[in-house]
Amino acid sequence: MKVSVKVNGVAHERDVEPRTLLAYFLREHCGLTGTHVGCDTSSCGCCVVVMDGDTAVKSCSMFAAQADGHEITTVEGLAQGGALHPLQQAFWDQHGLQCGYCTPGMLMTSYALLKHKPTPTEAEIREELAGNLCRCTGYNNIVKAVRQAAETLQGSPAQK
Amino acid sequence: MIPAAFDYIRAGSADDAFAQLQRLGGDARVLAGGQSLIPAMRFRLARPSVLVDINAIPELRTIRLDDQALALGAIARDSDVERASWITERKWRLLHDVSRVVADPVVRQLGTVVGSLCHNDPSGDWPAAALAARAVIVVRGKAGLRTVPIDQFLVDSFTTSVEEGEMAVAVRFPVPDDRTAGAYQKVERKVGDFATAAAAVQLSLNADGTVREAGIALSAAGPCAVRVAEAEAVLQGQKPTAELIRAAADAASKKSEPQGDLRGNIDYKKNLAGVLVSRGLRQALAHLGVQS
Repeated sequence: MKVSVKVNGVAHERDVEPRTLLAYFLREHCGLTGTHVGCDTSSCGCCVVVMDGDTAVKSCSMFAAQADGHEITTVEGLAQGGALHPLQQAFWDQHGLQCGYCTPGMLMTSYALLKHKPTPTEAEIREELAGNLCRCTGYNNIVKAVRQAAETLQGSPAQK
Repeated sequence: MIPAAFDYIRAGSADDAFAQLQRLGGDARVLAGGQSLIPAMRFRLARPSVLVDINAIPELRTIRLDDQALALGAIARDSDVERASWITERKWRLLHDVSRVVADPVVRQLGTVVGSLCHNDPSGDWPAAALAARAVIVVRGKAGLRTVPIDQFLVDSFTTSVEEGEMAVAVRFPVPDDRTAGAYQKVERKVGDFATAAAAVQLSLNADGTVREAGIALSAAGPCAVRVAEAEAVLQGQKPTAELIRAAADAASKKSEPQGDLRGNIDYKKNLAGVLVSRGLRQALAHLGVQS
């Protein structure tokens, strides 16, 4: 079936099987391998992407067909013109990653969180990231990074 | 872990979805949030030959609150409930609590209340909550719409009274009166895991402080969520005391028929069910300003 999805502002139209999951559509059909697959069944959060600007979804548990006609933002869509998004910069500054496997999901869940709650408390950040697993960095620096990004974004409305 | 092949139909309206289901019968499954169905298909625990996707039907996402009931359409998301303006009102406390512990925050963006009821997982959160709140499900069948009380809707593990070709279009929660509060108590090993045990309670008091109506139900306590009518009867018409709460908790422990697994053995889970009912009742009473 024909599926047309706007990914990071670029239209991708592909002929895929209905059983193609969004994560594999992005990785294998669009060549965007920034979206990772971990558990494959909605537990780990590595595959989180943002749908229609502010809704975080686990792309391993959604069919590409469901995204037809929608806009998807992946980790590749965060940096603009070579400049890291404040969230990416904050993960760098605060050592919010070691191996980096969970990072795309952490970034995209945080991205959606900041759309809904521009100034989240630490507790709210921890709660929102509860469906994203990290097995090496530890969560403290990830939480610090999201707080830093929230502050940066508050200070520069243009980057929201 | 790729699902078995299937045909995909994106329904354009509720009428269209129903017509497709009527035409396809038992081969088809409704795709709502997909947060249980899609993992099940990936594990090949479910192999529908056709999916009827209802996600592109805005009329099914409506949440309507009037004097009588709160009606959640078939694709009203868990997160829609979590973020609703009225959810912080005391009388909706049970739904408030549940909406914050279903799966994890990202899964709640797509997961739906009606879908959870239709999936009827033995460890699901919404079935127990719907029992305690005495919800009814609106089902569309050949003869038109009918309402099914939750007690009749939940038939067995992963089985409801929705027949082949039919479709659950909404769930209705009666609007509780102002002397009502509830609580949802869930123990899970980590966010997103199935409940080790969970208890949903809702209490409505009379002006004199006696219990007008009690709703008490358990999850992860048998083939599907179960009402603890014995615990409800213990409280009915009485002023809640520590002794009565203990009696209600004991009734819940007795009623619980959990399976032993890595989350705990049977004795532990039966005990936990009682503990959670007790905690839930105390919490609901505290919301109502009653010492217990």
